[in-house]
Amino acid sequence: MADVWVGSPRVLAVNPVIEARALTKTYGELVAVGGIDLQVAPGESFGLLGPNGAGKSTTMRMIGAVSQRTSGTLSVLGLDPDTHGPEIRSRLGVVPQEDNLDTELTVRDNLIVYGRYFGIPRAACARRADELLDFAELADKAKVKVDALSGGMKRRLTIARALINEPAVLMLDEPTTGLDPQARHVLWDRLFRLKERGTTLVVTTHYMDEAEQLCDRLVVVDHGRIMAEGSPAELIRTYSTREVLELRFGSSRNAQAAVDLADLAERIEVLPDRVLLYAEDGEAVLAQVRSRGLDPTTSLVRRSSLEDVFLRLTGRSLIE
Amino acid sequence: MTAPVQGEAPRHDDALPVRRRRVPRGVGALYAGNARAVLGRALLATRSSTWMVVLSGFFEPVFYLLAMGYGLGTYIGDVEVAPGRTVAYAAYIAPALLAVSAMNGAVYDSTWNVFFKMHFGKLYQAMLATSIGPLDVALGEIGYALLRGAVYGVGFLTVMQVMGLNLSWTALLALPALVLVAFAFASVGMAITSFMSTFQQMDWINLVMLPMFLFSATFYPLSVYPPLLQHVITALPLWHAVELVRGLTTGIPGSSPWGHVAYFAVMIALGITFTTRRLRALFLR
Repeated sequence: MADVWVGSPRVLAVNPVIEARALTKTYGELVAVGGIDLQVAPGESFGLLGPNGAGKSTTMRMIGAVSQRTSGTLSVLGLDPDTHGPEIRSRLGVVPQEDNLDTELTVRDNLIVYGRYFGIPRAACARRADELLDFAELADKAKVKVDALSGGMKRRLTIARALINEPAVLMLDEPTTGLDPQARHVLWDRLFRLKERGTTLVVTTHYMDEAEQLCDRLVVVDHGRIMAEGSPAELIRTYSTREVLELRFGSSRNAQAAVDLADLAERIEVLPDRVLLYAEDGEAVLAQVRSRGLDPTTSLVRRSSLEDVFLRLTGRSLIE
Repeated sequence: MTAPVQGEAPRHDDALPVRRRRVPRGVGALYAGNARAVLGRALLATRSSTWMVVLSGFFEPVFYLLAMGYGLGTYIGDVEVAPGRTVAYAAYIAPALLAVSAMNGAVYDSTWNVFFKMHFGKLYQAMLATSIGPLDVALGEIGYALLRGAVYGVGFLTVMQVMGLNLSWTALLALPALVLVAFAFASVGMAITSFMSTFQQMDWINLVMLPMFLFSATFYPLSVYPPLLQHVITALPLWHAVELVRGLTTGIPGSSPWGHVAYFAVMIALGITFTTRRLRALFLR
């Protein structure tokens, strides 16, 4: 589906761990994933950024060999899920969007039992479980039931569980959705450590800060299609300006202000609550706005983010 | 990160000729030969949380035996089980309650527990994201339900022995029979549960279980019913279980045990087939 590429499709030098071409999933009339191409190199931290319902989770489920693709080709670790489902699953670590920890078991038993599902001997599971409890900073909770853990702890345990089989790729579907800021930072720190050790990460998220934090390279997904691809910095360079000036004039005046200021910025976006002016130098534009006698209620100059890239590509915000 | 370069040909594994196999090897692959991991998980969960619940399920048929076998039994006297062969009322209903206890153990676990794990615990979803297949899940979970049924059965059989209600050495053969009965009810129980999506639907199971318990020649002989109704009763699984077990504990077989064994073998085969197919349809689409 070359026509959906905004940037140019690229082929990686090394054998990719994941390679999809025209990957499609339909449920009856509904097209969940509408022909996407992507490649993930070993050791890379790859992201799928898009709003809820963009087809990210469906893509993850197809890569994770728990969902059958409708058409296209897909290779995971050099294997086709249509012929090697269990082999692929045995070499992936999966962190699903919703926690599905075993609430009847203790924290440590959750890890051991999960390892047993892969056919790993009990002694090896126990040894690895203790290492992972240290890694997830849950060693003091080893004998506690899962329900007693906080949301952030459950998430860390789910990540530890996904590592029990020493996977070649760790797949994280919305890893920090629903967590408070502090818990998110603890989680990101753990994921960074994995990244430093060379673990291949595939992350879906609808948080642009998470994508910027974690991903070397990402695709922007909307309505089951890839809108753009690149590193966070490349995407921002290509699809946005260096800075953004956010102005609020009050909801009734925003649209008119945007018309009056149209010539000051490279691009203007009008959101229900504010006007965004895209420019290389935000402060300079703000000075010009003031010199025209327009007096915004609030103003803010910031660096462009992936949120702006998404807005540019789709005309919509990531979180609606 | 490796710098992307243009031009390397993508590898296409599916360019190789793929032979069509009858047993799926891909996303929906059925079996990893690792049902013991699923069973091990269930045993661990019992040890750490639910053993009190497990224990309580055992007493229900014991109370029935005491209340009806001894209380009511003193008024009823003996029951004719075969032409010219009578046994005390307690010895008549005890094997029926024995079959019920194996059934209960198997059904409790394969219905409500499975329903919870499927819809709220998301346990099977987690299992099937590993190399485990739906047949592993089915065999492991049914195996656990079967074990629970068998443990209830052994417990009740011991109670019967202490009370002198095992009238023949063939009562020993009731043990494998109970395992078979529990296996059959666990298989069908899990299969039916896997198609249920609401609590209301789960109540239908109780609606079937209670009349089956009361009317399957449990407390009085089949001959009480008009001929047409007799056919309905003899089609029920619990009737087969009661007949099979009663023949063994009294030593007076009413009908050939092999017919009952075949009935349960079919139940097991159907139960495992439908459970596996349903798990695959739900979690490996």
